[in-house]
Amino acid sequence: MLKQSIENLGNRTLEGVWRIGYATRFFVLILLHSGTAFRRFGLTIREIYFSGVLSLIIILVSGLFVGMVLGLQGYETLQTFGSEEALGILVALSLVRELGPVVAALLFASRAGSAITAEIGLMKATEQLSAMEMMAVDPIARVVAPRFWAGVISMPLLAALFSAMGIFGGYLVGVQLIGVDEGLFWSQMRSSVDFEQDIMNGVIKSVVFGIAITAIALYEGYDAPPTAEGVSGATTRTVVASSLAVLALDFVLTAFMFRGLN
Amino acid sequence: MQNDNLVEIEDVEFGYGDRLVLKGVNLTAKRGQVIAIMGSSGCGKTTLLRLIGGQIKPGQGQVRVAGESLGHLNQKGLYRLRRKMGMLFQFGALFTDMSVFDNVAFQLREHTDLPEDAIRDLVLMKLHAVGLRGAAQMMPSELSGGMARRVALARAIALEPALVMFDEPFAGLDPISLGVTGNLIRRLTDTLGLTSLVVTHDVQESLKIVDYVYFVSEGVIVAEGTADDIRGSDLPYVHQFVHGEADGPVPFHYPAPPYADDLGLGGLRA
Repeated sequence: MLKQSIENLGNRTLEGVWRIGYATRFFVLILLHSGTAFRRFGLTIREIYFSGVLSLIIILVSGLFVGMVLGLQGYETLQTFGSEEALGILVALSLVRELGPVVAALLFASRAGSAITAEIGLMKATEQLSAMEMMAVDPIARVVAPRFWAGVISMPLLAALFSAMGIFGGYLVGVQLIGVDEGLFWSQMRSSVDFEQDIMNGVIKSVVFGIAITAIALYEGYDAPPTAEGVSGATTRTVVASSLAVLALDFVLTAFMFRGLN
Repeated sequence: MQNDNLVEIEDVEFGYGDRLVLKGVNLTAKRGQVIAIMGSSGCGKTTLLRLIGGQIKPGQGQVRVAGESLGHLNQKGLYRLRRKMGMLFQFGALFTDMSVFDNVAFQLREHTDLPEDAIRDLVLMKLHAVGLRGAAQMMPSELSGGMARRVALARAIALEPALVMFDEPFAGLDPISLGVTGNLIRRLTDTLGLTSLVVTHDVQESLKIVDYVYFVSEGVIVAEGTADDIRGSDLPYVHQFVHGEADGPVPFHYPAPPYADDLGLGGLRA
């Protein structure tokens, strides 16, 4: 019984190490085969449309509602201290530092990450990737790398749009609905949000999240067993693994970026 | 001097893990011929095609295509050699996000610098050859199984390869599509000077069009010859296969304990 448990643990550990090695090799291969994605940028633009443009609705609507909720909750808390004019700062900083990159990344993982995994998995299951290889076209360069760079480019743009819509939502609720002074709302926000410390750090976060989500989605699709069950399992793993990766990376990045910041 | 044999397989062994799928296979495909590789499901036919395409490497032995040994090629060399090959997968493997036209144009766009006008003409010629010029703007999801395979055939011959491999080209086709596909394989082989390797278990259809047949069973070549040799063969395995007999060297029953034991009648005479 004990021997069996130790054997199982050993097998699982070995398999885990093997998968990490395989995933790392896959990631390195994507980087090495990225030339096509830039030389024939039309391939990447097409994928930006599928990953980025088609994610716009969910990103914009979610951003608006998150901003509106922030406006309501922020006003409730701030008015207790008589500082409701700081609502603009609260909404903007929450969004550009944290909620923008993180929530947009979680939504991107669910909407675009799962779609990428399913598409690549089905291409594998229907032998489209093998057919491409037999036509002397490398699927990593032709199919995988353009999708990877499309995800990396789309993610910060989506996060920026999420934050912008969120701030607009906070403005609608705080200024138009509750009656916070409009001049104070915008001027306080403008004076307190730092381009480098707040906005650029948010952009860096979203780029890192874009790399993580797209790499996980592509790996899971490429590695999926070529069956209906295999593709569905891979899609689920993409959403779970990339969401957890986003949250963990957010903690690490926040710890480095905002440590000791006033 | 050009070698008469486009494909040469010598003493090839290949296994998945501990399970040996091919056990010392020897096979040659002469230029300009249609060669069939027949055998029951799981006997190693598709594995042979994958070895010739360089998708897998043999554990032992040599696979040579156009005089080049695949075992010694790096990815660049393999891709160079694959431009001389075309492959038709069992269900076509058409790119589902591209139209019929774009599927056939794919290799021309990837491997040549031809202007779009020239590509258009070439694609329409290939589609005309398989009778589907009128379907150029359709999507793969709008095609029947037989049409999808004909488009895949047009795509496979787009760069006018020396060798075309067909993985179960007759599987799941209605009688008309079956005849059309068989005729196309023969006609294109003759007119374009191809060599065609057809992996199939459709005996009657393939014997009408092939020049030479290899029979594979349990990882070895058990018989070979022309279509007439195969029809007249008295080898038990070939006879069973050609005449579709339920029992013979390939037994009807999967290996199992004695029937009476399974029914709990061990004490009685079965």
